[in-house]
Amino acid sequence: MKICVLVKQVPDAAVEKRVDSGSGRLDRSGETNLNPFDTHAIEAAMQVKEGGKADVEEIVAVTMGPDNAQRALHKAVSLGADRSVHLSDAALAGSDVCATGYALARVLESESPDLVLLGQQSDDGECYTIGAVVADHLKMPSLTQVIKMDVGDGSLRCERQAEYGYDTVDVALPAVISVGDAINEPRYPSLKAIMGAKKKQLDKKAISDLGIEADRVGADGSRTSVEAINPPPAKQAGEIIEDEDTNQTVEKIVAWLDERKLLA
Amino acid sequence: MSGILTYALHYENEVNKNSLGAVSEAAKLAKEIGGEAHAVVVGEAVSDGLCQSLGAYGASKVYRAQAPEGLAQPVVDVMAKLISDHGYSYALFGGGLLGFEIGAGLTARLNAGVTMEVTEVKAVAGKLVAVRPILQDSAVVDSGYVSEPGIIIGRLNAFEADASSNGASADVEDVEVELSEWSTKATMVTRGEQRGAEVNIEDADTLVAGGRGLGKADGFAELCEPLAQALGGAVAATRAVVDAGWYSYSAQIGQTGKTVAPKLYLAAGISGAIQHKVGMQAAENIVAINKDPNAPIFEFSDLGVVGDLNKIMPKLTEAVKAKKGG
Repeated sequence: MKICVLVKQVPDAAVEKRVDSGSGRLDRSGETNLNPFDTHAIEAAMQVKEGGKADVEEIVAVTMGPDNAQRALHKAVSLGADRSVHLSDAALAGSDVCATGYALARVLESESPDLVLLGQQSDDGECYTIGAVVADHLKMPSLTQVIKMDVGDGSLRCERQAEYGYDTVDVALPAVISVGDAINEPRYPSLKAIMGAKKKQLDKKAISDLGIEADRVGADGSRTSVEAINPPPAKQAGEIIEDEDTNQTVEKIVAWLDERKLLA
Repeated sequence: MSGILTYALHYENEVNKNSLGAVSEAAKLAKEIGGEAHAVVVGEAVSDGLCQSLGAYGASKVYRAQAPEGLAQPVVDVMAKLISDHGYSYALFGGGLLGFEIGAGLTARLNAGVTMEVTEVKAVAGKLVAVRPILQDSAVVDSGYVSEPGIIIGRLNAFEADASSNGASADVEDVEVELSEWSTKATMVTRGEQRGAEVNIEDADTLVAGGRGLGKADGFAELCEPLAQALGGAVAATRAVVDAGWYSYSAQIGQTGKTVAPKLYLAAGISGAIQHKVGMQAAENIVAINKDPNAPIFEFSDLGVVGDLNKIMPKLTEAVKAKKGG
């Protein structure tokens, strides 16, 4: 079995994210990191490999993005992926969900995986959608927001929380599964794995290597256009109490609640 | 035709509230751009009555297709065919997990633009512009579409159900769609399983909600329940702790849980992710206690307390009891 894990480099959670008002794109110049949800996808791949129910020959991390996106691949490899593929091309800049899903599907096609895993959402932008976009291009069944995944004979038994409670769904392989953070506790990479990450095979691909049509990607190939970026509706900032003396803090909270007649 | 097609999710013979919102929103927008709003219902044995009832929310026609329920890919097949056959300009979805999956599938199938987590849709010169908050709601993007169809996926509770076309009954048209091979490769084993005890949080005036910041399952019994009891309220939870098995699914707030609007919402150890915020932002008073001063919840709480729950909550419980008793 071959597993591909889609990963993404995102601005670090601790760094204030901002949108470049000129281009309408996310400013990606600050500190970046591997999307935290993707670490759960890599861990899920590792657990399939180590679980003994499927013979996993290879785990391949795949990303699309500018040069610094390589760092996400290094992290992915340090967490257990065997090698990685980096789709990087100036023509891809400004791709929307439709274009990104199309391009990623072409990369995955070239790898012919039995299972594609990804985090259910990225910290920075597109929510919940890329997995299902990629799956339709690959003509594979797909399930998103999965929190439990058991390997069966040629299929996966998946659990997730949907609109009316928990659903259990059997999905035949090959399939695309996006995972939630409740699925596992990702391991920490060992120092040796971190040191060795840069030595693992990393293939850099351009769109021409994969037959990606240039007019279907990038800002010009995107099907949505950013018309305007505005500040959010102003909301009056709430009061903040830093707890230094807990007795005093509690007194203040009680007074605040009492003032609003919430203790009647 | 500049029509709008919506998906109406149903379960146990009832249409989902967010889907009703989507149908109502589509009807309103269709009028503005000069078209009709139609809906799609997919299931094994959907009643005429359920389909017709969407007329009250403004759908003039409802397509009914027979296919497995609760999975996205069969619906993608149905909607892709209807959009191709009838030339709808937009597909609109209410908030919820299936809407994300179906909308995403249509994006790939029809090479269509998609905007998700949409909080508002504007009609501008006969076209729709989707308004979408990004980066933890720190900016709002107006997203237009360069081609048809455009896919619009709403945020939870973004669109309000409006049954003011009461008395109207939608025309029901059965459609036969051959499912794609890959759409039949996922099969529902059990649907809608409830985990944990049944609790009622929707009627409570006061909710004490616990998140991962509680540190352990016992945090609910040790910290949240005593405070809720002192305040005369109920206990709620985030998705993360429900998925972790710390608390009942029926007490979950947010994207795939309940939406509440109590007088007081006290969030203990909750960071305030969008998926949680959409379920509780209508609360009249939001108090947040969290040790991380950068937690997003402090951006929409009325009173934020930066500190250790284990120190603050027991004392707060005692102080509330004393105040109420005195």
